[in-house]
Amino acid sequence: MRLAVLGAGAVGASVVDLAADFGHTVTAFADSQSAVVDSAGIDAADALAAKRTDGVVGSGDPSDALSADYDVLVEATPTTLGDAEPGFSHVRTALERDRHVVLANKGPIAERFPEIMSLEAESAGTVRFGATVGGAMPVVATIEDFGPSRISAMRGVLNGTANFVLSRMAAEGLDYEHVLAEAQDLGVAEADPSFDVDGTDAALKGVIVANVLDPDGGYTLADADVDGIEDLPGSMLELAKEDGRTIRLIVEFADGQVRVGPRLVPENAALAPAGTRNAVQLETEHAGQLDISGRGAGGTETASAVLSDVGRIQS
Amino acid sequence: MSDAQTDVRAYTLRLELVDEPGELLRSLRPIAEHGGNLLSIFHERGNVTPRGHIPVEVDIEATPDRFETIVEGLRDAGINVIQAGTERYSEGMTIILSGHLIDTDLSDTLSQIQETKSATVTDISLSAPAGASDISSARMKLATESGSTEEVLAVIRDIADEKDLRLVEPLTTGGAE
Repeated sequence: MRLAVLGAGAVGASVVDLAADFGHTVTAFADSQSAVVDSAGIDAADALAAKRTDGVVGSGDPSDALSADYDVLVEATPTTLGDAEPGFSHVRTALERDRHVVLANKGPIAERFPEIMSLEAESAGTVRFGATVGGAMPVVATIEDFGPSRISAMRGVLNGTANFVLSRMAAEGLDYEHVLAEAQDLGVAEADPSFDVDGTDAALKGVIVANVLDPDGGYTLADADVDGIEDLPGSMLELAKEDGRTIRLIVEFADGQVRVGPRLVPENAALAPAGTRNAVQLETEHAGQLDISGRGAGGTETASAVLSDVGRIQS
Repeated sequence: MSDAQTDVRAYTLRLELVDEPGELLRSLRPIAEHGGNLLSIFHERGNVTPRGHIPVEVDIEATPDRFETIVEGLRDAGINVIQAGTERYSEGMTIILSGHLIDTDLSDTLSQIQETKSATVTDISLSAPAGASDISSARMKLATESGSTEEVLAVIRDIADEKDLRLVEPLTTGGAE
């Protein structure tokens, strides 16, 4: 397949880097300032080197990439809330051109799902967004395989930064500020980790799962009940530990409600992964609980989920 | 696939005994009389519930039919059965509260929970690393009537809101608790 990749962050860059390995050709690549377009396939190494050294992927205008020759648009620009722009417009343009779209950007699916679905209905292209939930873990694909109507609930740890902070606090008896600073030093937490620790990122993923499980629900971030882990006292984790439990930032979708917040779970539970790992538990109608765990973030992990979606469109 | 008359299973009974001589023995009699096989007794002598009772956990083996008779026998004898088995009668739940627990009157918080009638606080552990006037945390175990977990949690959420306490709830569904 010919791919146009929008966004040159960790995920977009990894998609460009790995595309050939998966048998695809990148015909366009853009960040917010620049683009490189070649219908015969761009030179991935050159573009990635240019991004690293000069901060641009090529000499073209970003809009060139959107109008280039491609089969699948890979939307990997940063997640934005509310109107989810410019991601939403990118998706619309591609669908109106009857092209397929694979998203790593959570904004359009979490905030404007019904619009995306009606655009898809009128297009010859299809939309996939498995990379938006749980990185490399096949959460959306598993739900689709089982059939959304056969899954009654989802619970998960879907933010690696928050999980790292909580597991370090519990293991080392350190306080919140200390562990967060350490996470920033390690590159596990961003300079501004607000969305990770205030529950927003996990909530977006919960809302996306809600839209998959209940397609007519039209869930957005505003429908989610969100609580974070900011300044969680270490004494809470100590008390949990004394009782064989721990605290994890859990996102839950059940009975039409998306809820995110710190919850008590048994220390050895499937939903108490260590470090930055993610875990998801689906409540299935005929097969009990189904657990999926793995790396929930990271450039190559998320890029592999994007490329899996491209493969699903192809087949 | 099970037979209520022949299939022997393990059950946990959680009792609350009045602090009087002979109470423990009196609570074991109905178990023996109705054919339950006593596996273990955990007598939390030093651990008194907010109502001044002594929690006792008894593990027994019995058929489902006999188990029902045992629970009835215990109740007939006036023994307070907080939890019997894990499913039919009651559910256990652990929560952690944090904030100015002492300044916001911890005993009032506990009484408000007890007042829900469908819950009883069976255990509490307090951690106040920076002293009683600063942020402290408390882990509470509650026994709730079967099916009333949500209702009890709603009450606790209101208390937490009102007193500006941080509440960490258990993940109650799906066997995580």
